[in-house]
Amino acid sequence: MIAPSGGGALAAGAAATLTGSAVQLRDVTVGYDRRAAIEDVDLSIERGSLVAIFGPNGGGKTTLLKLVAGLLEPWTGSVHVLGGAPAQAARRIAYVPQAEVVDWSFPVSVWDVAMMGRYPRLGPLRQPGASDRDAVREALERVGMAGHARTQIGRLSGGQRRRAFLARAIAADAELYLLDEPVTGVDVPTQEDLMDLLAAESRAGRTVLATTHDLAAASRHFEQVVGVNRRVIAAGPVSLLNDPDVLARTYGGHLLVIGERGVLLDDAHHHDTPSGGERHFHDEDRAR
Amino acid sequence: MSPLEAVLEPLGYAFFIRALVASVVVGLVCAVVGSYMVLRGLAFMGDALSHSAFPGVVAAYLLKAPFYLGAAIAAVGTALAIGWVARRGRLRGDTAIGVLFAGMFALGIFLFSTIPNYVGDLFGFLFGEVLGISDGDLLALSVLAMIVLATVALLWKELLFSTFDPLGAAAAGLPVVRLDYLFLALIALTIVVSLQAVGIILVVAMLVTPAAVGQLVASSFTRLVGVAVTVGIAGPVIGLYVSYWFDAAAGATIVLVETAIFIVALVARRGPIGSRTDERSATT
Repeated sequence: MIAPSGGGALAAGAAATLTGSAVQLRDVTVGYDRRAAIEDVDLSIERGSLVAIFGPNGGGKTTLLKLVAGLLEPWTGSVHVLGGAPAQAARRIAYVPQAEVVDWSFPVSVWDVAMMGRYPRLGPLRQPGASDRDAVREALERVGMAGHARTQIGRLSGGQRRRAFLARAIAADAELYLLDEPVTGVDVPTQEDLMDLLAAESRAGRTVLATTHDLAAASRHFEQVVGVNRRVIAAGPVSLLNDPDVLARTYGGHLLVIGERGVLLDDAHHHDTPSGGERHFHDEDRAR
Repeated sequence: MSPLEAVLEPLGYAFFIRALVASVVVGLVCAVVGSYMVLRGLAFMGDALSHSAFPGVVAAYLLKAPFYLGAAIAAVGTALAIGWVARRGRLRGDTAIGVLFAGMFALGIFLFSTIPNYVGDLFGFLFGEVLGISDGDLLALSVLAMIVLATVALLWKELLFSTFDPLGAAAAGLPVVRLDYLFLALIALTIVVSLQAVGIILVVAMLVTPAAVGQLVASSFTRLVGVAVTVGIAGPVIGLYVSYWFDAAAGATIVLVETAIFIVALVARRGPIGSRTDERSATT
């Protein structure tokens, strides 16, 4: 859902052009250890959008997400999030890391995780109070986890674990949800449930930006997509996923298009394969 | 001697009372800081920082400066340097720790070996001498411990969030890098507090073992800290008595008691909480 632009919430001047944008990247290059991971990225995402970032592993999806989250400083170009620098908007940003990097044996309950969403606004001096508990309770109800509030997170199913983190974003009252692979590793019915929750958040005006290497999930559940492979290859409505050219350019040679609609990725489960490694072979094939 | 006498008799000695108070303070602050430490995977860091305090202790002796000051400067300095080297050199944290901790310990031995005719109390530095603690030391130790505990009390939420999910915490605006450095400094100060009680070699046990028991039996962070504090206080009290009765080294006995509690907890532990098996089986 694309929110209408306009509205006078922002001050005049340069910022006015950003009104309506949740995320605006201009000519951004960033990477790790002097090696660029994504280059020359221009991207604009309207408030209230439900956007999937897709592309091959190692193509820079998570880098893009971290950039928007303010976890990486751009080497060149500018990043505007919710009308300012990511650091200024931090309390309105909720970042949910990949399930793989979370320590699920950590001694916290679902309630504790959701309550963490309240910590940044409290600051060091204030302790969580009644309004924070209300916010957490409401967030847990919204994601259907009220019955598991006291459960240690390691005892949850994959879908419940993601709900717990979503509750943290809701409890934080965030306006921009940044989710790294939110539907990876869960079965299709669970994906449906999670995406229903995210779609509801987006309808309520919150911007949802999620990475996924699951093209089927992206095409089923998201409204807009951004194809990333070191650059933004394409950005627009989800129908872009039906464009073989977009897919071919996004995935290099790592893609077989079968029939008119079916899509098969040959690297979907090879997390450690660098995207550039084997591409030349397929590129040559295509060139002939 | 009746059991009651066995308990009451040592309380007649001022040195025993001082040792008891000191080691309970040490046990408390170590348990609290250690709880965050084990969750952050910094057990090795604790060992490294305690060894790094050694040159500070020796330098303080040479300059006739307070022991706590030298140890604090060396340990906190090394803690910050490890963080800086790891970031700047893009080395793994444990590599930076390995380089700096051995280097600092070597510097301590080097300085120590230059002291003419000083056979001194190397044993005391290395293994602690809580029974020889003075009123002044006890005061200094308690003040430092209060500073550490007050800092953790102030920042417990921020430390917890950034320990559990550094990316999420940083994106939400918590100063995660500064919290990391601050926590390293807190570990260093905790080690300084503990040096006299248990010595350089054994400090890491005071930090890690009670928190490890907490990790074994607790499924919430509050309970983890509660269990750690209980073990962290019971260990020194029981340990001091045992060392008195057997006329054994106090620091080592305290550590042995805590280790024994850990083994009991490990064996008695029933269903795993959030264990690896749980993680893998949860896929829906």
